[in-house]
Amino acid sequence: MATSARFVSSLRRSALSSRVVSRTQCLRLAPQVRRITSATSEPHQPDSKGGLDGPAPAKTIKFTSESYPELKRDPKYAQLTEEHVKYFKELLSSESACIDGVTKDASEDIEPFNSDWMRKFRGHTQLVLKPSNKEELSKILKYCNDNMIAVVPQGGNSGLVGGSVPVFDEIVINLQKMNKIRSFDEVSGILVADAGVILENADNYLAERNHIFPLDLGAKGSCQIGGNVATNAGGLRLLRYGSLHGNVLGIEAVLPDGTIVNDLCTLRKNNTGYDLKQLFIGAEGTIGIITAVSIQCAARSQAVNVAYFGLESFEKVQEAYRTAKGQLAEILSAFELMDGRTQKLVNKVTGKKMPLEGEYPFYCLVETSGSNTDHDAEKLQAFLEHVMETEIVLDGTLADNQTQIQELWSWREGITEVLGHEGGVYKYDLSIPISELYDIVNDTRDRLTEAGLVGDGPDYPVVDVVGYGHMGDANLHLNIPTRRFDKAVEKKLEPFVYEWVQKRNGSISAEHGLGVTKKPYVSYSKNETMMKLMKQIKDLYDPKGIMNPYKYI
Amino acid sequence: MPGLRILVPVKRVIDYAVKPRVNRAQTAVETANVKHSMNPFDELSIEEAVRLREKKSTPVEEIVAFSAGPPKAQDILRTAMAMGADRGIHVVVEEKDALEPLGVAKLLRKVVDEQKSNLVILGKQSIDDDAGQTGQMLAGLLNWPQATQASKVSIEGDSVTIIREVDGGVETLKTKLPMVITTDLRLNEPRYASLPNIMKAKKKKLDKKTLGDYGLDSEVRLKTVKVTEPPTRKAGVKVEDVDGMIGKLKELGAL
Repeated sequence: MATSARFVSSLRRSALSSRVVSRTQCLRLAPQVRRITSATSEPHQPDSKGGLDGPAPAKTIKFTSESYPELKRDPKYAQLTEEHVKYFKELLSSESACIDGVTKDASEDIEPFNSDWMRKFRGHTQLVLKPSNKEELSKILKYCNDNMIAVVPQGGNSGLVGGSVPVFDEIVINLQKMNKIRSFDEVSGILVADAGVILENADNYLAERNHIFPLDLGAKGSCQIGGNVATNAGGLRLLRYGSLHGNVLGIEAVLPDGTIVNDLCTLRKNNTGYDLKQLFIGAEGTIGIITAVSIQCAARSQAVNVAYFGLESFEKVQEAYRTAKGQLAEILSAFELMDGRTQKLVNKVTGKKMPLEGEYPFYCLVETSGSNTDHDAEKLQAFLEHVMETEIVLDGTLADNQTQIQELWSWREGITEVLGHEGGVYKYDLSIPISELYDIVNDTRDRLTEAGLVGDGPDYPVVDVVGYGHMGDANLHLNIPTRRFDKAVEKKLEPFVYEWVQKRNGSISAEHGLGVTKKPYVSYSKNETMMKLMKQIKDLYDPKGIMNPYKYI
Repeated sequence: MPGLRILVPVKRVIDYAVKPRVNRAQTAVETANVKHSMNPFDELSIEEAVRLREKKSTPVEEIVAFSAGPPKAQDILRTAMAMGADRGIHVVVEEKDALEPLGVAKLLRKVVDEQKSNLVILGKQSIDDDAGQTGQMLAGLLNWPQATQASKVSIEGDSVTIIREVDGGVETLKTKLPMVITTDLRLNEPRYASLPNIMKAKKKKLDKKTLGDYGLDSEVRLKTVKVTEPPTRKAGVKVEDVDGMIGKLKELGAL
């Protein structure tokens, strides 16, 4: 990457051994942090991890059908036959577009499509199809619909709830071959691109044209924009640019009966009846497959600043957020919350020096993006002085250069990765009224501690109970890193967490979606009428129920 | 025994994480609206100076940060002061009159005399022009001992021990103050400036001077003829499958 090329050259010139503990090495690692995060979601390339520790021990992932014994294969779906496979092979233009495990053994090639990156879910599919255009996809779906073959649409397969992998023998339709950017209007900032374009590629393409994709998340190196839209992904830029429900202007999709829905509108305003594209956003591939999207992209900010604070209580965090909204106003682009426990874990696992000297129960990361460095710096300085003088924050630091910006971000983005260090992680992605945002972490910790499940050493299944998240969006990630998955822990957590959230009218899934994992709990956030209406939509668009079955609907 | 009077010259350069672009006229790298920050090697110099003070083995009287550059170089001096320098000196040199290494070395010699510095810690090179000459030229002009590319510095009284990495090993040097040290990557890990220190730095003294104050002008000996980007890599070809790849390799005569 271009980021460190210049430094590498100076390193080389200095002709030093590569065994380094220097800052620059650390510096050079920093820009990669994001990519490392995304790399964990790329189980598709077991070789990339290299030789010995590479051979994906995928065989050890438990089948979803075993972990969720209540799910039974619906006999209404057809069993794949050689004839089906023959049809698909003739239909698809290239040989690599069809990974056939029906007529021959292709289990190794298919495995990456069958299991997810967290190694939690694993299906039994024997066929993976990678259409190159919407016409091919339309024919595939029509054939599946006519022959009652269940399908799972799949993008970058970086989801967290098992929505993009099959449960039984549903065939996987992967969109990776549909990866072209169709058009970009530099005046309006509207991008039209195939569903299989990788998010980072889309963002890089836009960066060259001084624009920004309104979505950014840890898995950006592998996730695809079609999948992002289908799951209504939230991520780091939501505070500033809003949700995909607002940014997506149009969608092209294929329905199960083969109908191509062309609503690839590039208008910001279009009040002509039902806004049907919204149904596809967040539907998780249950009513059709998105093949392209048109999306509104903002101009990229020239000036980005990042500050990192230590605070003494969650009340102070709220105060800091209120102050930031008031004083930083239009340049505020992220306000992230990390509790002290997560930061200590990052410190412990990565061995990096903490950005601040002392230890604090809460940390937050504030990012500003604007068009004028001097203007932003002045505002930020005033804000920093204010929060220091009024003792809203106890200590803090301000990134001085691009490297430090990335380095500070790694204290937020690196959390996901380090939590899994000792074993598994129970992850809850919750929307909670902001004043009570952190209470659930304390309540859950108390509950597990009382049950004698939390502690140091191998006797205790739970390492800790931590919280972090998008403060600005009132979205908390409640995470419980464990040494092993233990039924006793699960019993204490569920349905406790969901009931807690329901009592406060929160959401049991803020941005991760429902998939397989949240299926039994939808009712905590959606009432009976809503469930019925959702089912009606499902039945209308997918009357035979071939689209992504066994998932939330 | 006198304490250490450390001079740390710092330079404002394009942030190393930014990809530099050549301007249309191919005369220089585009600097307008590009993120700038302190030359990373100079961060190491400041950090080392502050650590010498914290170690207390030889008392540090004063750490002076110095920069010659456009008005914005002030920001870099403030950062240096937030990290721990006591005050700053800024010689305003417009971008178009940028100094060459020898010019900088001559200027630094005057500053050393004026400030009565007995230790100068410089970055071994700046990442924009990669000249890597200033420290050596300064030592020559002052007729002081020099230790370049230091990876460890320890000072006892006026005796200084420096470890530097050389091809295939390390070299340990011993000398006496006053001297010139240039820093290498392994020397230390610069700290983040904390908010209270950033605020304190705003109140520290920053002297603004001109080349004329030191009896110098921006004499230029070199002329930049042309600046071009490195040749772009040829685009790769995507193959559909293994057979396609083998076919392509054969076509290229690699098989």
